[in-house]
Amino acid sequence: MPKKHTSWFAVRKELPPRVGKLLALFSFLLPILIWSLVSYVPIFWHPGVIISDGGDSIYDTGDYVEKEVFAETNAELTESGEVLAKGRPSNPIYLPAPHKVVTAFYRAFTTPPRRSDQPWLHESLWMSIKVIFYAFTLSSLFGIPLGILCGTFDFFKRLHEPFIEFFRYLPAPTFGALAIAVLGIEQAPKIAIVFIGTFFQQVLVISSTTAKLDLSLLEAAQTLGASRFQLLTRVIIPGILPDLHRDQRILLGWAWTYLIVAEAVGSITGITWFIEQQGKYRIYDNVFAAIVMIGILGLICDWFLLEIGKLMFPWKGERANPLFRGIATLFRDNNRLPPGETPEPSE
Amino acid sequence: MSEEIPIYKQQTPEVAARFAKLRERPVVLDVDQLGKQFISPQGKIIQALQDINFKVHRREFVSVIGPSGCGKSTLIRIVAGLETPTSGEIRLNGETIRGPGPDRGMVFQGYTLFPWLTVKKNVMFGLKMSGKGSIEAEQDALQWIDLVGLSKFAEAYPHQLSGGMKQRVAIARALANRPRILLMDEPFGALDAQTRAQMQAYLLQIWENVDVTIMFITHDLDEAVYLSDRILVLKAHPGEVNEILEVPVAHPRNPNQFLNPEFLGTRQHIEHLIHPPVAEEEIETLPIKRMTEVGDDVY
Ligand SMILES: Nc1ncnc2c1ncn2[C@@H]1O[C@H](COP(=O)(O)OP(=O)(O)OP(=O)(O)O)[C@@H](O)[C@H]1O
Ligand SMILES: [Mg+2]
Repeated sequence: MPKKHTSWFAVRKELPPRVGKLLALFSFLLPILIWSLVSYVPIFWHPGVIISDGGDSIYDTGDYVEKEVFAETNAELTESGEVLAKGRPSNPIYLPAPHKVVTAFYRAFTTPPRRSDQPWLHESLWMSIKVIFYAFTLSSLFGIPLGILCGTFDFFKRLHEPFIEFFRYLPAPTFGALAIAVLGIEQAPKIAIVFIGTFFQQVLVISSTTAKLDLSLLEAAQTLGASRFQLLTRVIIPGILPDLHRDQRILLGWAWTYLIVAEAVGSITGITWFIEQQGKYRIYDNVFAAIVMIGILGLICDWFLLEIGKLMFPWKGERANPLFRGIATLFRDNNRLPPGETPEPSE
Repeated sequence: MSEEIPIYKQQTPEVAARFAKLRERPVVLDVDQLGKQFISPQGKIIQALQDINFKVHRREFVSVIGPSGCGKSTLIRIVAGLETPTSGEIRLNGETIRGPGPDRGMVFQGYTLFPWLTVKKNVMFGLKMSGKGSIEAEQDALQWIDLVGLSKFAEAYPHQLSGGMKQRVAIARALANRPRILLMDEPFGALDAQTRAQMQAYLLQIWENVDVTIMFITHDLDEAVYLSDRILVLKAHPGEVNEILEVPVAHPRNPNQFLNPEFLGTRQHIEHLIHPPVAEEEIETLPIKRMTEVGDDVY
């Protein structure tokens, strides 16, 4: 069999799926590898020293001292004939080693808050998720219909888009003071800021997605007798659904970005509060763990939506993950062929 | 005597009888003094169509042919109601057309099946729009899908079909509404030669068996002669009727007729109408200097 040669760097050509998966793995492994090297191999970076025995110096065991200072101190101690300090090379404490962050994942959840009226980590996380959920749902409730209207009727586009274009350049956090004044200091102003950050982009993005639907589909529907209302409900909405779904995934990512700003407004809350607290007490393992947690949460959320999309739009010809297909068959009636199992075209 | 009549005008008694019969049938489509102007982005007026007059009779197959940009698509889009004329009017069964409607089915050159619907649901689309119940619409749709020979694919999605199959579904979808006239704008233009020949045969079979009048746009001369009763030849800038001719080829049509003298004569006549024969010295030559070695000749 002749070996099929595909270059790994062919312009706009897809790599074989196996290579693709391998690279996806590497995209995570590579940063972790660099992080591990810097953390565990003393010749990389390690600009300081952790004191293991203070000797006659002023340092206590466990102190972090910069390399030059440590050397100077020991030089002075040598001169005066006192006992030298001992220590091993170390990175600054704001860069914990990978294994410390991994254990922090567990420890952060099991460590009780310093004061009994403060939330546990899972409570902080839940608070953040709630803010995202309310803000994004609220934004979608108004943003999706308005976006579709703007993309369908020039009237609404001309009426709304100029103002929205202006408003979306106003950074959402600048509304912080106003939001607190109007909505108080609880979660409402935070929801409002995430809403402001999402909503205006959402209308514009969805309007442009709607306008991109192939005009000839609308013309075909008209020659089949579709009324204006039917064009909207039977052609435009089902036609843009997959792209709308993709837009929503991207917009949800933006909402997460605004969350961190919003939580810092007024009384700091949620996962941002947790990160802030841990930073204050210099427990950087937990800070890293919390940041990675947000990433993982976002990734899981996005993957979930992606697979749901594949199930919802079988006509796109993409097959969902077997796990999701399995769950879906539980809800589908059994006598119907799953979409995509029809005979291949023969002509 | 018969020497002076060009071959494309010579009709056998059977063919002449058919045209006499056709002319007596009711007029389905009446295009009356139709004109259409576009304003170009630079503000110039483009006269796309001018003084177009013709009638199409019930169950007639009329083709429109002409050079690129002569307004063929514009004409059929006006009949479909997707464009409005700037002058004149079009009547369908005596009623002036205003906007698109299910009484005029259309098959486009591009694929316009709804990708989110199965073949069956696509064909049901028009029926549901007119308020038919799901069960009745489904039964109807399955019949039309059967008619175009795609029963096996009723539950398939458009992305699973080949180009020819997509156009067959598009035909079924348009016919399911029982339109007075089926409008087709280069429906086979994107297909390969073999599939196209097959689609032409299918279309003739459908036309013979279904009560439908067809207006068909093409730029393929063979296709026009093979399929049509009459051919409307347009000329460009402005788009006007050059000639309307009756095809003297007997029915039912079959691919062997492609070499008949009346077929070839008609084809050549249209060819000359669209591209008037040019003298050899008028053929433009490119200013190419010889770039090959001496003795390295093509001939
Ligand atoms: N929306 C429009 N705005 C401006 N000019 C247009 C528009 N639609 C068509 N035209 C012009 O009208 C003329 C006829 O166009 P039309 O598409 O009807 O030609 P056609 O015969 O179908 O051409 P083809 O063989 O390329 O399909 C062309 O000169 C075209 O540029
Ligand atoms: Mg055209």
